[in-house]
Amino acid sequence: MNFLLEIRENIFISYKAITANKLRSFLATLGIVIGITSVTLMQTAIEGINRAFEKSISAVGADVLYVQKFEWFGKEDWSYYRNRKDITMSQFEYLNRNSQTAVTMCPTVGTPKTLKYGDLSLENVFVIGSTNEYQTTFGSNMEDGRFFTSKESDGGYPVCVIGTEIKNAFFENKDPIGKTIKIGSFSFKIIGVVEKQGSLLGLFSLDNRVIIPIERFFRLFGGKRSLSINIKAGDVKYLDDTKEEVTSIMRKARKVPYGEKDDFGVNQQEAFKTTFESLTSLIKIIGTLITSLSLIVGSVGIANIMFVSVKERTKEIGIRKAIGAKRSTILYQFLIESCTICLLGGFIGIMISFPISLIINAYVLPTAMPLWVIILGLFVSLLFGVMAGFFPAWSASKMDPVESLRYE
Amino acid sequence: MDNNNNGNNILIELKDIIKLYIMGTEELYALKGITSNIIRNDYVAIMGPSGSGKSTLMNIIGCLDTPTSGHYLLNGKNVSEMDDDELAEIRNIEIGFVFQTFNLLARSNALHNVELPLIYRGLPKAERIEKAEEALYSVGLQDRMNHKPNELSGGQRQRVAIARALVNNPSIILADEPTGNLDSKTGEEIMALLEELNRKGNTIIIVTHEEEIAHHAHRVIKIRDGLIESDSVSPKGIMNKEQKEILL
Ligand SMILES: Nc1ncnc2c1ncn2[C@@H]1O[C@H](COP(=O)(O)OP(=O)(O)OP(=O)(O)O)[C@@H](O)[C@H]1O
Ligand SMILES: [Mg+2]
Repeated sequence: MNFLLEIRENIFISYKAITANKLRSFLATLGIVIGITSVTLMQTAIEGINRAFEKSISAVGADVLYVQKFEWFGKEDWSYYRNRKDITMSQFEYLNRNSQTAVTMCPTVGTPKTLKYGDLSLENVFVIGSTNEYQTTFGSNMEDGRFFTSKESDGGYPVCVIGTEIKNAFFENKDPIGKTIKIGSFSFKIIGVVEKQGSLLGLFSLDNRVIIPIERFFRLFGGKRSLSINIKAGDVKYLDDTKEEVTSIMRKARKVPYGEKDDFGVNQQEAFKTTFESLTSLIKIIGTLITSLSLIVGSVGIANIMFVSVKERTKEIGIRKAIGAKRSTILYQFLIESCTICLLGGFIGIMISFPISLIINAYVLPTAMPLWVIILGLFVSLLFGVMAGFFPAWSASKMDPVESLRYE
Repeated sequence: MDNNNNGNNILIELKDIIKLYIMGTEELYALKGITSNIIRNDYVAIMGPSGSGKSTLMNIIGCLDTPTSGHYLLNGKNVSEMDDDELAEIRNIEIGFVFQTFNLLARSNALHNVELPLIYRGLPKAERIEKAEEALYSVGLQDRMNHKPNELSGGQRQRVAIARALVNNPSIILADEPTGNLDSKTGEEIMALLEELNRKGNTIIIVTHEEEIAHHAHRVIKIRDGLIESDSVSPKGIMNKEQKEILL
């Protein structure tokens, strides 16, 4: 018997069997529906987190190195890093003079302060002290006004550049340029607004910031702070070379004896990325475990229903065998029936999770259900259909025709 | 006996067919050694008391069941040595079953029920529909093709079953008490239909309890306790034979 013909006939048979027992088929498929819904939603969520991450990474610049006391995701205790020597302005100047590979670099210090404008106030705004090179290092575009010049930077002028969140909080529809705000208890004139940058992983905002000349920062908020030196390598592919050079210059600047470990960190986004990736793969593993559990439970349910279905249709199997159905024909018939039920479950699952993914995209984080997830969902349900249906179908195919015909 | 014709004309050759059922410690010989030949285009009735082994014999002739021992040649092919799939193919092509309880697929309409053997044979759709319609036409159900079994009367259901049995143009039509669930008038109609099929060249074997039904056959085999008790040419058979002789 022609294989395609057989499949077509069997799909027709299972359609009739399923529609004859709608409620039962629906209940049987519930486990698969839940399993496929969660598989596809989990993948969609991971896709969303990935996208958000990529966006954050590009917002802060992927080709920037951060020389700091701390090492991101370092293995040592926090106090170990804190007790290291501070990174000072003179070390920065030494590095800046000697580096050949860096395109540009800037020192930064930061602290949270309360901002005031007239009656309005904003707490916990991150105040960054830096030089005019800050703009080129991070590639920040200005939405309005300008960044401070080297003259303003070196002279420690009371000028500041604000993020969009501050602009929105203080100057709804007004022009902020030229206005004076208070950082802590000190007045600063706004000379520019940095374009909206979004947030890092949706956690902390990059727009809730104000940048002032580092000289003034030291004078007003204290100079005994360790710097972060931010170095632009120009391109991600130069990161390694720049890192090597920066490390050796910094060792000289900080007089680290030959053979000793570095007493500073040269950090890069990559560190975020690997940690992030191990985090998402952990989510994946846990999610996969949970969903495969629900799929297994679902397929046990379907196997159960298939055994009942085979039993109920013993007579039908006898009739089919009497008029020429081979073992394989009966086997395929029930296999295809369980696959159809599972595929139906998978399809329903996707019909549920797809609109949810649109809701997530609209309200939680930008994402989309990738096509491969849909295909995977259907493939997985097909696979479980075969697994669930095999033994019932096998037992049906082996039934004795005379016995089954006598079954009432 | 007129069944020892030349070998070419012999359709069914049964030799020492034994069927043993073992239930726990109990052994039951349903057939104790059946030897008989049936020629092409014959019309045979198998009679006997309940439990004598008629259905068992029919199932073996129809390749639904295999004998415990003995030889069975169908159309010259040794059926007793075939595997399940080969038997399925024989059932599909060589044999048409008609059952007492009709045994139609409840969820399928008449046309699809008749089409089923052709599907298992692997014929293309257009050819299947054509043959199935033709078969339903020949049993007078051309205007009931889209009816499901529960929308048909008992006699009509049995006609669908007969259409299904003959749609693949089999060598034999086997009918195990085909009128058992029908009233006598409808039963007569079914018998007339089978007789017509026999006249057109089909070989027919039927199991029955009723003498009137057996009268339609040309040959009557009586079974008792798993053995052939008698094997005779029925009045009708004789008449046909006489007619044949006269015509010759
Ligand atoms: N699967 C089986 N297991 C055990 N014994 C069986 C089986 N099938 C049939 N028998 C026995 O074999 C004997 C013959 O059964 P069979 O069905 O051939 O009788 P029958 O002549 O068709 O009877 P009836 O006229 O009542 O249909 C019976 O005694 C029956 O109990
Ligand atoms: Mg019987």
